[in-house]
Amino acid sequence: MNSVKLGVSALALVAVSATGSYARDQIQTAGSSTVLPYATIVAEAFGENFDFPTPVVESGGSGAGRKKLCEGVGENTIDIANSSSRISQSDIDTCKANGVNEIMEVRFGYDGIVFASDINGPQFAYTPADWYNALAANVAKDGALVANPNKTWQDVNADFPAQELLAFIPGTKHGTREVFDEKVIVAGCKASGAFDLFAAASTGADDKAKAADAAKACNDLRKDGVSVDIDGDYTETLARIAANKNAIGVFGLSFYQNNTDKLRVATVDGVTPSVETVAKGEYPVSRPLYFYVKKAHIGVVPGLQEYIDFFVSDDMAGPDGPLAAYGLVPDPELAKTQEDVANDVAMGPLQ
Amino acid sequence: MTAPSTNIPVPAADFRPSLYKTDSRTKRRNAAETRFRAYGIAAVAFGVLALVVLLTSVLSQGLSAFRQTTMVMQVELDPAVLDKTGNRDPAELGKVTTITYGRLLDDALNKELAGKGLIPEGMSARDVSAMISKEAPAQLRKIVLADPSKIGSTISFDAWTGGRIDGFFKGRVTMESAQLDSNVTPEQLQLAQAMRDAGLITMPFNWAFITGPDASEVRPEAAGLGVAILGSAYMMLIVLALALPIGVAASIYLEEFASKNWFTDLIEVNIANLAAVPSIVFGILGLAVFINFAGMPQSSPLVGGLVLTLMTLPTIIISTRAALKAVPPSIKDAALGVGASKTQTIFHHVLPLAMPGILTGTIIGLAQALGETAPLLLIGMVAFVRDYPGAPPEGFLDPASALPVQVYNFTQRADPAFVERASGAIIVLLVFLLAMNILAVILRRKFERRW
Repeated sequence: MNSVKLGVSALALVAVSATGSYARDQIQTAGSSTVLPYATIVAEAFGENFDFPTPVVESGGSGAGRKKLCEGVGENTIDIANSSSRISQSDIDTCKANGVNEIMEVRFGYDGIVFASDINGPQFAYTPADWYNALAANVAKDGALVANPNKTWQDVNADFPAQELLAFIPGTKHGTREVFDEKVIVAGCKASGAFDLFAAASTGADDKAKAADAAKACNDLRKDGVSVDIDGDYTETLARIAANKNAIGVFGLSFYQNNTDKLRVATVDGVTPSVETVAKGEYPVSRPLYFYVKKAHIGVVPGLQEYIDFFVSDDMAGPDGPLAAYGLVPDPELAKTQEDVANDVAMGPLQ
Repeated sequence: MTAPSTNIPVPAADFRPSLYKTDSRTKRRNAAETRFRAYGIAAVAFGVLALVVLLTSVLSQGLSAFRQTTMVMQVELDPAVLDKTGNRDPAELGKVTTITYGRLLDDALNKELAGKGLIPEGMSARDVSAMISKEAPAQLRKIVLADPSKIGSTISFDAWTGGRIDGFFKGRVTMESAQLDSNVTPEQLQLAQAMRDAGLITMPFNWAFITGPDASEVRPEAAGLGVAILGSAYMMLIVLALALPIGVAASIYLEEFASKNWFTDLIEVNIANLAAVPSIVFGILGLAVFINFAGMPQSSPLVGGLVLTLMTLPTIIISTRAALKAVPPSIKDAALGVGASKTQTIFHHVLPLAMPGILTGTIIGLAQALGETAPLLLIGMVAFVRDYPGAPPEGFLDPASALPVQVYNFTQRADPAFVERASGAIIVLLVFLLAMNILAVILRRKFERRW
């Protein structure tokens, strides 16, 4: 029986490979789907121009990437976690518990978050307060909190067309959602006066507790189908907008820049989002992008030091590099980052 | 339904049954039959319609992925640029980056344009060079590093165009959309059209889509399925080598040797249940057992193959047992009657006769495993992998991707050119599945014996 012989030899192979030590020679990274395109661009250029294998870049989300990073030290754990939000204390604690004591935090640029609708729809000029009044469960009206009565954009702001309210926002597993909540919803909550009303109604002991309660109440979005969480990627949001022309979607700046023929972007506080306006700090909704390196793997996994140096080099992450061309907003403090990366400076405790 | 007796019409006084005159009950029965036939036809039509819609949408979007817009140009490999020291030392040649090679290509393109009298009006030098794929410098560099003696000569080089220019000739990008698109200008498209008319741009069959590795978001025109096909092939080899012998051995024992008791019943129920377990569960198991416990490398076809083996085993065991059961007992009895041992009976008579069923089950199981993504998600195979895995057996440990994973990856990318790539990848996957199913049919026909 030939197949039996084949099977036995395969079993032997499995046994050998499972017991023998295996040295990994390519870098492995995982994490944020927002960072994924940048990481693949760098990985591709790295594989082309260096004598090291092309790094393997996995997606899966910022939180999942950091969790994998913190699984431990060794060949079968990843080297780098890509993240679109900052590492949390609980991640650092998990890392410590699993023997990952030194992590390098590398901020390599910024990403803008834009509001865009179908290319043939009307042009919008939003303020965060507009978004709060459109999506929040409770809004301030004549100095009191009422359940959100708005049905069209015109109800929200008399300058807007009478277009039905419908927004596709990132689901809660996305790092983008955190930024949306903080920089749009809470900011709009404060601007519209609802924040103070929530704080006044709060039973918190001091001002700090009241502010925390109010921020939590602000993030309570309406559940009548106006605000739709998208758990997939921006491609799903784009497809939903193509199907429903009245909808407004939340996208990353780089995604919008690759689809300018299908999407019309809205201004926020009168500023049109672009790499320049985000870099100057004029466009309000942006966030830093990071990757976290397991320091114990530097010098063990071949090419890791070269890869992180290359990632933050001017050729890649600089203002004229391919990452900026794709939509990354370059970090004005890149020189400092390059120096820290070259010296393998591990991150201190979170401030 | 009510009891039949209440349905029989009570014969009237003048009731004369006649075969020529249909009574109302026969009419109703005939009508019911006609209705049922109509339902059946509707069901079949619905299935066919769904298949046609699926195939048309996939084919209409994906067939263009098999053609690639290419510029043919003569590139002068200037030694003063590529090898300043002049000693052709591979280590020093390797230091010349793709940025330098990109400039060589820009010069070559400008020369070609000048040779055909095409003047890029209203375009910056950057706009012109943006028409060349960013993959082209890397390919040129590979050619030079593979054969440094080419430095100093002029070679004919097929440079891919960028994704938007490619899309223009495939009808995805139009002059109108280019007005709004920040990645392409109408001038570039006009120049591309002029180059096509002058014969500088051709659209040959795109082998690189099948053989090439994946590419990043900025070069959708270079994204290929090579690594994914290799990864899938390695996994199928592992699944075949492990699942077939284990599955067949297990089913022969259970079917022919094991005594019937509560324990074998329990095993039987478990196998049937395992066949219905969602595949992601096997991924979780694979992560825990093969990667975290056994320490096998992440993203490797070995772990993927083992996980898919576990997933395929119940399918193979169930179909093998069915095939063994279908062998007539008379053949077994005859073999035993002339003095063959139980093992001889099974291996000389029962197994060969059950082969067609076993092979069909195995191939269907393999096809199922080929299309599986969910378990691979957890073991790190849903990733951007650009280097080909090595030759087996070491290659089983290198990172690789898989065909359905590549489809999933392509659909997540921002550049619209990846829609075409995703559909193209689906076509390749369907071709593989079709080939496997045809193989199953052929094998069954070849070995089948009727009684």
